[in-house]
Order: sequence, then C-alpha cells, then structure tokens
Amino acid sequence: MVQENHNSAYKFGMVIDLDKCTGCGSCMVSCMAENNVPFKEDETNKKDSITWMRVYKLTNDKPFPDTEVVYMPRPCQQCGGKGDHGHSPCVSVCPAVATDYGYDTGIVSQIYTRCFGCRYCMGACPYHARYFNWWDPKWPEGMEKYLSPNVSPRMRGVVEKCSFCYHRYQAARDKAYAHGNKDHIKEEDYQTACTTACPAGAIVFGDLNNPAHEVHQIVKPDPHPDPRNKHVAGKSRNPKIFRLLERLGTNPKVYYLSEREWVRKQGDNYLEGEWEKIKNHHGKASHG
Amino acid sequence: MKVDRRSFLGLGIGAVAGIAVSPMGMKLTDDSAIWTQNWPWTPVPVDGKVNYEKSVCSLCPGSCGISVRKIDNRPVKIEGLADHPVNDGGACLHGIAGLQYLYDPARIKTPLKKNGANFEKISWNDAIELVAEKLSNMREKGSPEKLACITDKEQGSVSGLFKRLLKTFGSPEFYTMPSLESYLEITASALHGKGKTIAFDLENASFVLSFGAGIIEGWGSPVSCFKANASRKTRHAQLYQIEPRLSNTAANADRWIPVKPGSEADLALGISSVILKNNLFDSNATSNFKGDLNKLAAVLQKDYSLAKTAKITGVKPDDIKKIATLFAKAEMPVAVFGKGRGDGAQSLKELAAVHTLNCLVGNINKKGGAFVKPNNQYLEFPDVAMDSIAKTGFGKNKTGKYVNQFFEEVNRSSQSLIEALFIYNANPCYTLHDTKKIKKALDKIPFIVSFSSFLDETAMEADVILPSHTFMERFEDVPSSGGLVKTVVGLTRPVIRPLFNTKTPGDSLILIAKALKGNIAKSFPWTTYDKCLESLTSRIWNSLSEDGFAVLSNGMPGDSQPVDVSFLAKNPASLKAQGNYDLTLIPIDNMRLMSAATASSPFAVKTVSDSVLKGKDIVVEINPLTAKGLKNRGFAVLTTPMGKTRVKVNINEGMMPGVIGMVTGLGHTFDNKYVSNKGVNINDLIGQVIEPDSGLDAAFGIKASISKA
Repeated sequence: MVQENHNSAYKFGMVIDLDKCTGCGSCMVSCMAENNVPFKEDETNKKDSITWMRVYKLTNDKPFPDTEVVYMPRPCQQCGGKGDHGHSPCVSVCPAVATDYGYDTGIVSQIYTRCFGCRYCMGACPYHARYFNWWDPKWPEGMEKYLSPNVSPRMRGVVEKCSFCYHRYQAARDKAYAHGNKDHIKEEDYQTACTTACPAGAIVFGDLNNPAHEVHQIVKPDPHPDPRNKHVAGKSRNPKIFRLLERLGTNPKVYYLSEREWVRKQGDNYLEGEWEKIKNHHGKASHG
Repeated sequence: MKVDRRSFLGLGIGAVAGIAVSPMGMKLTDDSAIWTQNWPWTPVPVDGKVNYEKSVCSLCPGSCGISVRKIDNRPVKIEGLADHPVNDGGACLHGIAGLQYLYDPARIKTPLKKNGANFEKISWNDAIELVAEKLSNMREKGSPEKLACITDKEQGSVSGLFKRLLKTFGSPEFYTMPSLESYLEITASALHGKGKTIAFDLENASFVLSFGAGIIEGWGSPVSCFKANASRKTRHAQLYQIEPRLSNTAANADRWIPVKPGSEADLALGISSVILKNNLFDSNATSNFKGDLNKLAAVLQKDYSLAKTAKITGVKPDDIKKIATLFAKAEMPVAVFGKGRGDGAQSLKELAAVHTLNCLVGNINKKGGAFVKPNNQYLEFPDVAMDSIAKTGFGKNKTGKYVNQFFEEVNRSSQSLIEALFIYNANPCYTLHDTKKIKKALDKIPFIVSFSSFLDETAMEADVILPSHTFMERFEDVPSSGGLVKTVVGLTRPVIRPLFNTKTPGDSLILIAKALKGNIAKSFPWTTYDKCLESLTSRIWNSLSEDGFAVLSNGMPGDSQPVDVSFLAKNPASLKAQGNYDLTLIPIDNMRLMSAATASSPFAVKTVSDSVLKGKDIVVEINPLTAKGLKNRGFAVLTTPMGKTRVKVNINEGMMPGVIGMVTGLGHTFDNKYVSNKGVNINDLIGQVIEPDSGLDAAFGIKASISKA
C-alpha cells in the first residue's frame, strides 16, 4: 500500500514539565471523562484500575527534612520502536493486529473489537500503559447519558490504553480537509484532553516533526540516531529533557522535563557510576 | 484399516499442514473476538450535533469559567473556558467530573418529608405548605428569632435571599460555614476595618512566603493559583512553604520549612520581630499603623526573640533570620495565610500575625503584594418590609458570633433556642469538628429544612428537604472569592433541563415567602428567581448574560489602608492541641478530594493514591522515627481524646517526626458506594478548640497516639 501523505507524516508527541506538574489529577479525570473510561466501587487496587493517564509520585528517598517529591503523569508513550521504525513493543506481539502503528501520525492504535484479550501487549509494554477490562463497564443508572459518542465504550475481555485522543485528531483532520488544506492540521486544532485540562500548563502537545510547534521547540529532537545506541532516535538535545527507559530503544514520543537531576535519573535504571558518565551526554554526542 | 507408523506420521503432518494453510484459525480468532465482544449491555452512546455552552462551575468557591460540550441536548464533557478572567482555560479535576454530580443516582429527586427514621416523598405544594405552617406558628408565638439559617457564603443572590427572608421574618440568626473568604474578611476586619477583604497578587509576587497555604492543594481559586504557581519558573519568583508536612505545595516550592504544628503564628511573629529589630520594615508603611505598633514591638522583642521563636517553632534561629531578611528585601514579597485549603479551623492570631508581615514590609495595595479591597457589592435589593414582630425579632442578639459557637450554644442551652433551621449548601455534620456534637445540636432543633441536592450527612438530619437543581440546571450569580485579585461575578446557567423534580433554591424561597403572606410575601415580589436575579444584577446583567461574567475591578486598589495591630499587641496566647498524648494528628488537604459541602465525585475518588486510601481503609502518614514498631502499609489503631479508629500506616519521610497526617474528605456515610464508607472522617477525631479572643474554632489538630492493631 502506498503511504498517501508520505512526505508530510506527523509525529505527534508531548513534553511534560515535571517542575510545573502539581499532581492535581486534572489530566487523569479529563482523560477518563473524554474517553468514556468507567469506574467501579473499589479503585484502590491500582493494577486493575483503568487510568489511561496515570500520575506517579516520585521521591528522592532522602530522610526528613531533605525529602523531595515530584509527580510524573504517564500516558501511553506511543513508542516508535527500535530505530523509530514503527515496531513498538506492543504492536510487535499482537497476534490479532488489534494494535498497530500509525505511520502517518506516530500514534499506536487500539481496536477494541479486534482484541481478544490475550494480553501479550500488556506483558510487552515496559510502561504499564495498557489496561485489561476484567469486568464489564457499568455506569450507575442514568450516568451512561454523559458518555461521548466519539469513543466507543469497551467491553469485558479487551485491552485498552491512551490513544492521544485520536478522535480529536480525526476531528482536526476533518476540519483541515474542510478548509482545503488536508496536510496541515493546525497546532491548536489537535490537543489531547489532558493537555487542555492541565491547570498548570505542564503538558505541551504537538507535532515533533514540525519546527513551528512548541513541542518541537522545547524538545529539539535530534534528527540523527544516537551514535552510542543506533536504536535510539529523536533524543532531545536539551540535557534537562529525558524519556523513560530511553536506552531500551523503544523511542517514546512522550518527553519529560525537569531541572532536578534526581528526577531525570529516575527515568531509567542505571548501574553504579553509569549515570555520571551518561548524564551530560544528552543528545550532544551525535555529530560533534 | 491398519495404521502403521508411516501413515500415522503422514496423516499428522498432513493435518498440521492443512490447519496451517486453512483460514480456519484466523476465522476462529476473529469469530471469538466477535462473540466475546458484542454484548447488548455495553452502552452505545447516541451521536448528534456537537455544541458548546458557557457557564461557571460552583462546586467550590473558585468560580472558574467552564465550557460544556453537548451532543444535541446532552452534556458530555466539561472543560475549562479559555479567556475567562478567573481560570483562562484550565480546569480542576472536580469541575471536569461535574457531570457525575448531575447524573448521580444518589441525587434527591423530589421533595421529601421525614417520617420516623425514613423519608417519604411529598409534592412541592405540600412541602412548601408544611414549611410555611411551621414558620407561621413561630411568628404567631412571637418568637421569629428562633428561625436560623446556615449557608456556604455571605455573597451572592441566593445567600442574599436567605438573609432577606430571615430579616423580614424577624431573625438575626444567619450564619455561614467557615471558608477562606470568611477568614479573609475576619482578618481584614481585625486589621483594616469592616467591610473589606484581602487578595494576594500571586501572579506577580517575586517572593511568596506561605504559612501552610496549599497554593496547589485547592486553596483560594484553585486553577488561578495553579497558573500563578506554574508561572513562577519563568518569572524566577520564589516560594517558601512553611508547614509540618511535605505537601505538594511544599514539594513544588523552592524551600520547605518544616514547623511544629500550631506554631505558624509564632514563627510569623518571630519574623516580624527580626524585621522590626533590624530596621527591615518599610518606614512609609509603618506610618499607616494606628497606634500600638510600639506596644507590639515591645511584645515581640520580649516574647519572640530568635532563640524563643526557634524553640517554639523548631525552625533554626539562622533560618528565621534568613527568611526575615529575604522577605523584607524582596522586590515584591507577599505572606499568605490559610492553612491547607484555608477553609478549615484557623486562629485569628495566626491570620493577623501573617498579614502583619505584609503590613510591615509595605506591600499593601502594591503590585505583587496583598490587596485590601472593599467587599463585593453588585446586588441591588429593594427595601425589606418589616412589621413590628420582625423588627423586635431581628433586633435581638445572635446566639453565637460564628457557626461553631451557634452549635455550641444550642447544645448548651436547656431550652429550645432554635426552633427551625434552614440549611443550604452546607454540610456541618461532616465538615465541622466533633461531628457527634453537631448532630446532637441538630437533634435539639425540632424543624430542619434542607435545600440540598444530595442526601448528605446533614440532609439526613432534616425534617423536610426541598431539593435544589445542581449547578448544571440553574441560573445563579457566582462572585469570585478566596483571595483572587480580580473581582469577578460569573453567571452559572442551565446547560440541560432539570433531570428531576427539583427547584432553584431561590424559587423555593420565593414560594415559602409567598406562602407566609403579608410583609414577607411583599418583600419577595418576584415571580421567579431568574427574574429576581436579572433585576438584582441589572447593573451588570448585560455583561453577565452575554459574556457569562462581569469584571467589577481588575487592578489593585489605589488607596493606602490603616493598620491596627492592637489585637496582636495584647499578646494573645497560642492555642495548644487538645489532649495528653505524645503525637499530634493534623489534617491533610489533598487536591483530589473535596472536603467541603460538596463531596468528591467517583472519578475524583478513583484518582486517589493507594497510599491515601486502600480498600476501605484510610492510610495515615507518619515519619519512620515516630512509627516505631509499625509496619509500612500495616494496620494500626489511632487514638485521640475524641475516639479510636483503625487505620493503615504510610511511613513517609515527608512528615515531621511526632506528627500524624490524615487526609480530609474521606469517611462519608451517605448512600453512594463509589464515594462513601471509605476511610474515616477526620472531623470525628478532632474536637473544637475555641480561640478566646476571636471566638473562632482554632483546632489545628489534636493530640493522638498510634499503636499496632
């Protein structure tokens, strides 16, 4: 099949400023309300609590009063896979092609009616971004009236995850078509529900391929692969910006920004002494 | 037929090859997906035309503008409204979850009347008649002052109508629940004179010294505070957070200064003492001080020397000195008060001590400082008609100055002080300290009318419930409050036709007034609340109805303000926590849990961490040094002078040793399995401690002990 808009592929991504994030939870609720995520009586077993966007609490583990805490929102990382060629960990293992990589957007899809619940993808995802519907979703009587027609409610037995609010992309694309400029979706026309909800403005979303977009200007993705690890592409040239488990070569499209070194260090597992060698080489090592 | 080895293998290989090339596998996989995923009970949301409506959220005093996305007539999502003067786009999780309140099956769907222990449904006519009959009897007996009313706030037309009804009826007993706004007015009244409130210019301040104010925990107008806080990074402004626990605000601050619980006022006075002693104050500003500054200075030099303050607060003398110097020399410093969300118990000593810092460094009514401005006045009520019964009743003294004293007096009195009580948008049986005592007081009031939309703890105690529309179904003016610099009035409007047999609270009041006839009916000449609102706000109605808001004042007040520190100069004592145990239990305000009249939504409860709520157990925070013998995530028994409860333990370095932290907003007991019967209500465990000089409940916590379960 010919890639229709090969020259103008988008690569949607986000950067989250962890210094601004307050852990308030607006992104989580906005996501749930936007995407018809259900709720049940007890949601305190976080392993079966479906939260496409989940806010983690990180701490520096220092004793009182030197303790520090930072919150880290975690949507689906929309991995590009090794070398950013679209072989995301979950896509590679799905036997039903229920999850696929969108070469035109960089978004990893999830088609609920194709999924038969084998959960290989959940095992493959290094970020715990995927959730399984162990039960049928149930809304208290009358509450199903607030469900949005843009996202189908899921049924028992399928896996679901963040889609970067794909229906908002579709709406923006329709709008662009209607305005006769099908290859140009405006930055403000496609923003995810978590981004628009964040009261601290900690999340910036847009096209990582478009230098005019704020997310590109903040991240400054390196156009060349990391010379020390050819699987890693699009590393940020800002030393304060990192991705989770970056050295795995999953190439997530979610970047994190923090002024605090201990926070950046928690983005991966380092052997003793390894961090010292690596910390100043963010994106600088390539091509001088 | 004989099966030999060769034919067996041949058949086997043939079968494998056959299965591999046949489409059966794929077909079965596909079919199983189809069979297992098409259930008639999975809802299919109805599609329709997308449209948006503007309104204002009134779940908390924040008054943020919201945009409601609708499919035809059906609201499906609430988002922050861009370009609204309060929140400009962002929204908090509670507002976004607003539709869960609208569609909550636990809503009160029709007027109810208590019959024994249960409620029975009655018609609106019967309900209004019942209320009117009880009230008429009181007036006939000549004791109209035995009607009391509790609402959430002083401002706004609905509270205005409640006050008006009481006045024309003949009772002075109007109370509001404690809120940050009420504390701002009390502080302004003590230091600057009556009829004023205080705002903090957090957007511009270069150095924010916060005495436990949860700037990103729901304090003030939350979204506006989130924005101001996030902009600190680009403005290079600093935030120093003073409190016993590493709250989210403390974690986000440039520096966290742990302080012993309840000694915040002493630290503020210690800092003032350094500022006065080292001549760091603004001499122009001190000329606004009306008397008593010298007396205060003498008190401070004597009782709040560096060494003494350090001993009381646990903050090192060098740090106190450093903070004082940084604060006084900062270009635009501001000191902020109101622990947590600012709506819990507070002492006037603390409020006044912190605000005195602002007065000393001369940042009153200056950019980036504290603004002292007149109270919101935008409603134009016509005169109230009062007969002689009303005049006599209205002229009597109030039972208590504040709502907590009111309940105290009702409990204490042997005769029936109050015969009827109206409660609107308040849940004292849940939000005030010592909930048992509050319930006991309500038991002594023979006739309680609740205007609640939900059958919450206080509504359960009512005799008649006149259920109100939720904020999605009605018009109402929503004045901004809680320390916001701009003075804005927003307009909440119906985005959907009422789902149930409920009414706008204003309409319920108009009906009651009409049923009471005479002067009372004459004082409520409007046919409906909506008409009433339009005429009360006629000055700004065009702007309200077109833009959804009206900005009454944008900038800072220009005038200088007199400062009266006589309250502090009397050297009021700091209050101690009640009890004799070794540890101190303090409340934790968590952004993800509502702890005022409105309970949290199912979505909000879902986001709560499992280190705060696990199953049905509340998890308390405790420092490893204090948690001797306790296991992390293990069970423990927490004891205070008020009672005992089983809790789980979260051993946490972000808690000061000697202190136990418990989240507010859990432990509801009404009928909603997603929200209620989870954890305990901290207000069951803390008793009132009244500050003698102000009459405020100032219990910052209570002494407690914890042991292995």
